[in-house]
Amino acid sequence: MTTTQIETKPKRKVRNFALLSNKAGAAFLTPAGLLVSVFVIVPFFWVIFVSFTNRTLLGKTALNPEFVGLANYFTLFDPSNFLQRGQFGFSLILTTQFVLASALFGQALLGLLLAWLIQTVPPWVKRITETFVIAAWILPEVVIGFAWFAFLDRDQGTLNAMLTSVGLPKGDFLLEQPFWVIVVFNTWRGAAFSMMLFGSAFSSIPPSYFQAADVAGASSWQKFRDIGLPLIRGHIVTDLILITMWTFNTFTPFLLTNGGPSYRTELVSIYNYRVAFNDFQFGKGAAVGVIMMLINLAFALVYLSLGRKKKG
Amino acid sequence: MKLTLSAFLGRIAFSALAALIGAAFALPLLWFLFAPFNARAELGLAVPDPWTLANFVTVFGNNFAVRALWNSLIQSVGGVILVGAAATLAAYALSRSALPGKRAVTYILLLFSSVVSGSAAMVPIFLIVSAAGLMDTHLAVILTFAGGLLPTAMFILRDFIDSIPKSYEESAMVAGASPVQAFFDVALPVIRPGIVVVVVWSFVNIWGSFLIPFILLRSDTNMPASVAIYSFYSEAGTPIVTLLAAYSLIYSLPVIALYLFVSWKFGFRFFGGIKA
Repeated sequence: MTTTQIETKPKRKVRNFALLSNKAGAAFLTPAGLLVSVFVIVPFFWVIFVSFTNRTLLGKTALNPEFVGLANYFTLFDPSNFLQRGQFGFSLILTTQFVLASALFGQALLGLLLAWLIQTVPPWVKRITETFVIAAWILPEVVIGFAWFAFLDRDQGTLNAMLTSVGLPKGDFLLEQPFWVIVVFNTWRGAAFSMMLFGSAFSSIPPSYFQAADVAGASSWQKFRDIGLPLIRGHIVTDLILITMWTFNTFTPFLLTNGGPSYRTELVSIYNYRVAFNDFQFGKGAAVGVIMMLINLAFALVYLSLGRKKKG
Repeated sequence: MKLTLSAFLGRIAFSALAALIGAAFALPLLWFLFAPFNARAELGLAVPDPWTLANFVTVFGNNFAVRALWNSLIQSVGGVILVGAAATLAAYALSRSALPGKRAVTYILLLFSSVVSGSAAMVPIFLIVSAAGLMDTHLAVILTFAGGLLPTAMFILRDFIDSIPKSYEESAMVAGASPVQAFFDVALPVIRPGIVVVVVWSFVNIWGSFLIPFILLRSDTNMPASVAIYSFYSEAGTPIVTLLAAYSLIYSLPVIALYLFVSWKFGFRFFGGIKA
């Protein structure tokens, strides 16, 4: 620290006044810059490089991978089996359905409903509801995965106990409806974020708008449709992009279903894991990573351009 | 009168609906309130008879289980110190210096941090860690998380520092403090609430993570609790429910405590992307 102290001469920086000289600023940025470079920026370029090789985890090609051009991409997009279970195309379509159903439909709508309901209900109802919704979101993913495993158990699980008590037949949901299980699971897990984002958006609307509507005799639905919704449009777009990206990249369903049974819940993140760390094909896994990052990039660019518009 | 009656009924309906949704969210978690205290716990929901702490005694008697909690702590605390220190310095520089190109740096970091997710970058992260010879070490997990969490931590803190008037440090410098002194003695105490938020956020993220330690660690002695929990299965592959339930509760406690701390101290306000 002493060196930076000697080097900084704030009195001479009259023209370009800043609290921190450029040298001290650069020194302050260095530790973060190094860490982010090595573990975020380098992986981005390294994954592209590896995706053009036949690198494996074990064996001869682990040490001396060969350049194979676009071969990994051709395997992923091989039209003869693209859409078969356990292949990349199947996984990609599954993930798209998963994002549509659990994030854009489930989390966003449930979050919106909760944010709206919670504004008008008595404080104790609000606190209890919020507590459980947020608990679902903050508890560690392995704990949540195990809780759901117990909840859905065929013979003893709470859900089947409830179904039996009202005279409905039991179901082995993890085997029979794995896709809908992870959709409900992810909706449950992530609704808190949308609830809080929309909640803070609603509370930033001046109360006088709603009071005026009350005087005019508007119903809650009318207030929601004509005042609440239009005024938080920007927040809705932000929310949809963020939850889409997170749901697209989530690995948590792996803890509940392992990607099975027979690949029926194998999202691209889980597919990537299986190809790289179960089949040991790093080159092919890297190609999956590149495609995932390109999809992330598209969403991130939209998100950042929205943020710029707001500021500018 | 009719209007108020329907408004009243409407409020009841709203409360009932909110409570119903709350209950639906609580259902999968209810099991965790009972099973850890039940010496004969199974996957079904059952009130313990009698309530007992026997499961916790078993967990704490299991060296491997205790070790894993300790490993989680090492990795989380290590990561948090790195993220907290590096993010504070960097955010301060982004907010208070006139470095050329700092806007571009901010934009690029934001872009990369949202593009390079753990599940997309697992192959290169594995390769970088193994090229650095850090495979199966705490340091590998700590550094990977520090790199991954830093961009978001920097933005939360930069926004926080931007909202603090520069006059604090300016007056210190008028009184003869160097910029670095002004940072440590004047700015740092004011920024502290922001640092607490970042620290809590990173801790919860590292503590709860599964994928990165799952990929980067091999030996039992380094496993954090999130990975070690999968060894509580009998040889037949069925979970040892009593152990798992008690262990899950212990493992969740720090997260619950931090949540309560943050909501008590700051009212769990909403901080941009609070979760990576």
